[in-house]
Amino acid sequence: MDGTNTNYNTREALLKLFDERIATYALSDSPEVITGRREAIAEFARAGFPHTKLEKWRNTDLGRVLNNGFTFPLAPLAADVDLEEIFRCEVPGFDTYMVAQLNGWFIERGNKLAQASQGVVVCSMEEAFEKHADLIAVHYGKYTRVNNNSLSALNTALARDGVFIYVPDNVEVNEIVQIVNLVQSAYPVFVQPRNLVILGKNSSLRLVHCDDSVDDQVGFINSVSEVVLSENARLDHYKLQNKNDRSALINNVFFHLEAGANLSTNAISLNGGLIRNEVYVRLNGRGSHADILGVYLMDRDQHIDNQVFVDHAVPDCTSNELFKGILDDQASGVFNGHILVRKDAQRTNAYQNNKNILISDKAVIDSKPFLEIYADDVKCSHGATVGQLDSEAMFYLRSRGINADNARMLLMYAFAAEIVNKISIPKLKLRIDDLVKKRLRGELSICDQCVLHCNSREQKVSFEIDMSKI
Amino acid sequence: MLSIKNLRVSIEGKEILKGINLEVRPGEVHAIMGPNGTGKSTLAAVIAGRDIFEVEEGEIVFNGKNLLEMPVEDRASEGIFLSFQYPVEIPGVSITNFMRTAVNEQRKYHGLDPMPANEFLAKMEEKKRMLDIHAKLANRSVNEGFSGGEKKKNEIFQLAMLEPTLAILDETDSGLDIDALKVVANGVNKLRRPDNAFLVITHYQRLLEYIVPDIVHVLFDGRIVRSGGKELAMELEEKGYEWIRSEA
Repeated sequence: MDGTNTNYNTREALLKLFDERIATYALSDSPEVITGRREAIAEFARAGFPHTKLEKWRNTDLGRVLNNGFTFPLAPLAADVDLEEIFRCEVPGFDTYMVAQLNGWFIERGNKLAQASQGVVVCSMEEAFEKHADLIAVHYGKYTRVNNNSLSALNTALARDGVFIYVPDNVEVNEIVQIVNLVQSAYPVFVQPRNLVILGKNSSLRLVHCDDSVDDQVGFINSVSEVVLSENARLDHYKLQNKNDRSALINNVFFHLEAGANLSTNAISLNGGLIRNEVYVRLNGRGSHADILGVYLMDRDQHIDNQVFVDHAVPDCTSNELFKGILDDQASGVFNGHILVRKDAQRTNAYQNNKNILISDKAVIDSKPFLEIYADDVKCSHGATVGQLDSEAMFYLRSRGINADNARMLLMYAFAAEIVNKISIPKLKLRIDDLVKKRLRGELSICDQCVLHCNSREQKVSFEIDMSKI
Repeated sequence: MLSIKNLRVSIEGKEILKGINLEVRPGEVHAIMGPNGTGKSTLAAVIAGRDIFEVEEGEIVFNGKNLLEMPVEDRASEGIFLSFQYPVEIPGVSITNFMRTAVNEQRKYHGLDPMPANEFLAKMEEKKRMLDIHAKLANRSVNEGFSGGEKKKNEIFQLAMLEPTLAILDETDSGLDIDALKVVANGVNKLRRPDNAFLVITHYQRLLEYIVPDIVHVLFDGRIVRSGGKELAMELEEKGYEWIRSEA
């Protein structure tokens, strides 16, 4: 499908929306931001939605989901929603500072960050445009790729709101910041959150970013986040994705690391009709390091696409990518890992691996490593495996009396555990561990809340094989 | 207890076991010796239910039940245990949870409720003490990063936890130093009872100094070519397998 016919309406509707809105935007946005919007919409108008004739979209088809009559919410549409109810946070022991987004809009909940007095800011992008114009001027839109990424362009053109986080130099944020991005609507919605996270020198932050559906309505989320790590900053970042089967989630995240900065980002995709994570990591300062991890558990007709681009721009940086996935039924997956080592980036150490288990013979994965190396003193390695569950291991488990279904599940769990075990927030790790077990057992439905406090919390995880810690 | 009659087994068209006959009674320890590649491990795997082999002919009856018609896990619940020559690593699954799962699945097979957690933990402690396992094995992932000796000790620990009626030890002595060998052998000796039996598969006589067999069989080219008392193992050790080869 070339996509031009099916998404024609959505594209036209968005271009029209831009024409209607731009005058209003110009009242509040800086001239520079407005110029950015105009350039971005021109790029989107030129390129349109990505379609399967593009090499980078060959195996991910947006055609079907775009063929819906979307509304483009200009407000959270929260009139008939009890916000406190849907954003209630009650995971035992997992206390976070929660930032709520509904249909792409920041919801002011009146909670206060303990370290606000030290200058830590967590607010809506709208508020940031007003109150933190200096930071916006330096960072906003500076890391996003608009060319050859028409969805980022579309977001740049139209996005109005999202989450803004600023951590000043030398501040370690104690609270875990959790962004919960919910979509709830009586109609198919097309939402475009835009986030900006700025970490000052020697600062640190733990950020958990949840994408959830509240109902089974069609949603198209086209999200862009820019994340800047100044010198020696540390970020521990998690994306938890638990969307309904009718939604499309496009997540473009642009990380920019200065010297000595340390990033760990982990994408945990448990459910979703179509998920595409595009992660761009620019290692822009010496001695910076990035761990880029992911695990995906897809079944039925679900589709997962992880695109990772790591740009080693300067010498002495390291990066480590590991993505593991289990695909069942007719589920399909794409992994595209591109490592660029620029000419001056000597003594680069870059590692990339993608491992997959296909449970059914209809499940497919398209895994493509791509190394582009211009420096000569470099250590780079990549690997990709696709396989079934190890029959020797199955025999081992069954020979102890464990039936075939449970043995299979234990092995899938063990496979995913390598990524889950890398979660460095203990309570979060336990929670995800639990969710992975439920997911593998087919018990995880779309919670009416964020995956971190899904409503089946009180239920004992009814694993016939009880793998809970005893 | 175990009765194997005229068992012929092949893999990918190649015949490996060419008519095995074997009777094991409760309380007995049988040793199966033989050079490499004669089918010892195949015999062990076929009894346990590995499905990569084709059983062409013959029968395996265990306590009156036809084993060949049973899935692997049912054989385990019926009381068959195989100690693997190369135990498999299972990252992310702790030994505690692995064993608890196995114990409870076997109980379920027999119509019993799961074992309460405190009872289970007490049993683990008791078996660890009995087998002289000090390491905090229980919280580690199954076999992950274990030394050869640790893996084999872990097999014997599982054996102790699951209390099978027939335990098959497939080359449990391979890759063990003398201290680990003693720990493993002592464990087996402590687990011997009048109502259970052991089938000890080994290439060397060394293990049989510690686990003394009642009956020794020599497997050669897919057949049991000789059976006798424990002195047969000594004789083999002295004369070597060439002796059997020349006789066969």
